[in-house]
Amino acid sequence: MTERKIKVLLAKPGLDGHDVGAKVVVQALMEAGFDVIYTGLRQTPDAIAKIAAEAKVDVIGLSILSGAHVPLCRRIRELLQEKGLYDKLWIVGGNIPEDDRMVLRQLGFRGVFPTGSRTADIVSFIRENVK
Amino acid sequence: MTDKENRKEAPVRRVVNESGIEIKPLYTAEDVVATGGIDASRSGEAPFTRGIHPLMYRQRPFTMRQYTGFANAADTNKRFKYLIANGQTGLNVAFDLATQCGYDSDAPEAIGEVGRVGMAVDTLRDFEVAFDGIDLDAITVSLTINGAAAILIAMYLAMAEKRGYDVAKLRGTAQNDILKEFIGRGTWVFPVDPSVKLVADTIEYCAKVAPKYSPVSVCGYHIRESGATPAEEMGYAFAIAKAYTDAALARGLDIDEFAGRLSFNFNIFGNLFEQVAKFRAGRRLWAKIVLDGYGAKQPESGWLRMIAGGGGFGLTIEQPENNIMRGAYYALIAALGGAQTMALCCYDEAYTIPTPKAQRISLRTMQLLIEEIGLADTVDPLGGSYYIESLTNQLEEKIVEAMSWVDSQGGIVKAVADGVIQAKVSEYAFERQKALESGALRKVGVNCYTDSDEAKPQVDLHGYDEMGAIEQIDALKKVRATRNNAAVERALAAVRAEAKAGRNVMPALMDAVKAYATVGEMTNALVDVYGRFQEPTKLWRKVA
Repeated sequence: MTERKIKVLLAKPGLDGHDVGAKVVVQALMEAGFDVIYTGLRQTPDAIAKIAAEAKVDVIGLSILSGAHVPLCRRIRELLQEKGLYDKLWIVGGNIPEDDRMVLRQLGFRGVFPTGSRTADIVSFIRENVK
Repeated sequence: MTDKENRKEAPVRRVVNESGIEIKPLYTAEDVVATGGIDASRSGEAPFTRGIHPLMYRQRPFTMRQYTGFANAADTNKRFKYLIANGQTGLNVAFDLATQCGYDSDAPEAIGEVGRVGMAVDTLRDFEVAFDGIDLDAITVSLTINGAAAILIAMYLAMAEKRGYDVAKLRGTAQNDILKEFIGRGTWVFPVDPSVKLVADTIEYCAKVAPKYSPVSVCGYHIRESGATPAEEMGYAFAIAKAYTDAALARGLDIDEFAGRLSFNFNIFGNLFEQVAKFRAGRRLWAKIVLDGYGAKQPESGWLRMIAGGGGFGLTIEQPENNIMRGAYYALIAALGGAQTMALCCYDEAYTIPTPKAQRISLRTMQLLIEEIGLADTVDPLGGSYYIESLTNQLEEKIVEAMSWVDSQGGIVKAVADGVIQAKVSEYAFERQKALESGALRKVGVNCYTDSDEAKPQVDLHGYDEMGAIEQIDALKKVRATRNNAAVERALAAVRAEAKAGRNVMPALMDAVKAYATVGEMTNALVDVYGRFQEPTKLWRKVA
């Protein structure tokens, strides 16, 4: 039986231009054999939810280093739920203080990867958590 | 086993620096000769390997210019005055992302971003407040602005003019290097070609109206952060600088009218000797490019005037106190490299916007070099070292190689528009990350000498100042309500018309700024003609 490739959307919401980490993660996920869509910079929450729904991805990943992760994740969560994507794996990475990590997990972002995380850990987290 | 036997058996490590040069365990005069010899010219003499001025820091120590900008103009003004009172000799203004991307504070795109990573600017009023009471002749101001640079340069000149300064004598710098924004940092607005056209507009306008103002600071810095070797950092920066130079020459300017006002911004993390050689080699190569290649007559046209600083990528969130030491070595690199201006990332900058205490430590680090360590006493103290001179020669070759690669891709403008250079830079960043994770690239406190019991520092972000954002928006609305809106409309129509006609938009922007048109209004007027950039996202060649 050939295993279906895991499909991941990696998005950069907002005006934040720090994309080194996002692009590193994209390449790590590709090397791990995942199918990856990278949105590029300056995506609105609406655009991200739309791409996630249309591309039928298994994982929705956000990269946010501007500090605006909580309001952005809250908004994107609403839109993902509207589109019925609550059963997908949501993850977020970036400059995320300890206190906010729990907030993001409670919002439904099961994987929270602060700056300094290993790409290998992101890969194995996705493998273990995609149904 | 005796000590002697131990020594005999110890293998000699192979060392290859980041730029790809194999490092020998010992350098002699023969290596210097084999790599091309020593440039015998003195500092202040072309090709300036040893420094662009004859006496360098002995006459004028490097300018210390930390990156600062707070939520609103009034707070920024207070911080500027604090830094000046502490001995800082230049200002480096940070803007919030809405301003950098050309949005007004009340635009939907600006929600949550007003004043977050720097000062919010909507109209000339904000500049009037931010620089109130600051003597623009005594202190040079550097604006870290790119996508919206033409607008903010106009704003700075208009503000100075209004305060009675002679713009023809005004000094200052704008970053205004849009090509590197497409490669790293990401605050682009317009597509690649009109973006380069706008840079040429600012160069042409400043050459005519504000000849002491440096309208462009070409940045290898961010490219290095995003994923490039030291040699590539400098090579790509030179390719970019040449693109702006060619665009300015196409306007009919003479090379000597503007080349002397181009400045550069380079990074300082990494191997000390490699970076110092990078600066010496870069200085020499840029002089050759401008004086020999472009045939400039004035020696200062070939000066590689630079701010060397930052080092953000070298800093770590693990054992953050180590960043204080790293910063000290990075500052040493900048001083040994002969930088005109220095800025240091603060030790807490890997995880937050620096606290005043961290800012002060960085400033004191730079002051220590001058006051206690002797870095301002003699020019190019490493000059003549077999190692440094050999490396300088080899680095120069590597920089030329990087420039040739860009040429082979059809030039920097095409390489950026196609996303080829972004792909190369991203691949390097990925390789660097893998090397960090495997331990092949050693990083103290990260993959060696780690403390298992050490708690990571609290990532402490500045809370978003909702009230500050509301005040900023109120102030913007007040300006909109009290200005002459008919005059604003006329000025914006003129901006559109000039852009459509392919003429220099700077005079029209000056008029619009003085009429208190907003950053968003002026950006949109230009977007009407130029459109907005769409980022290429198929970035990977090898993988994909």
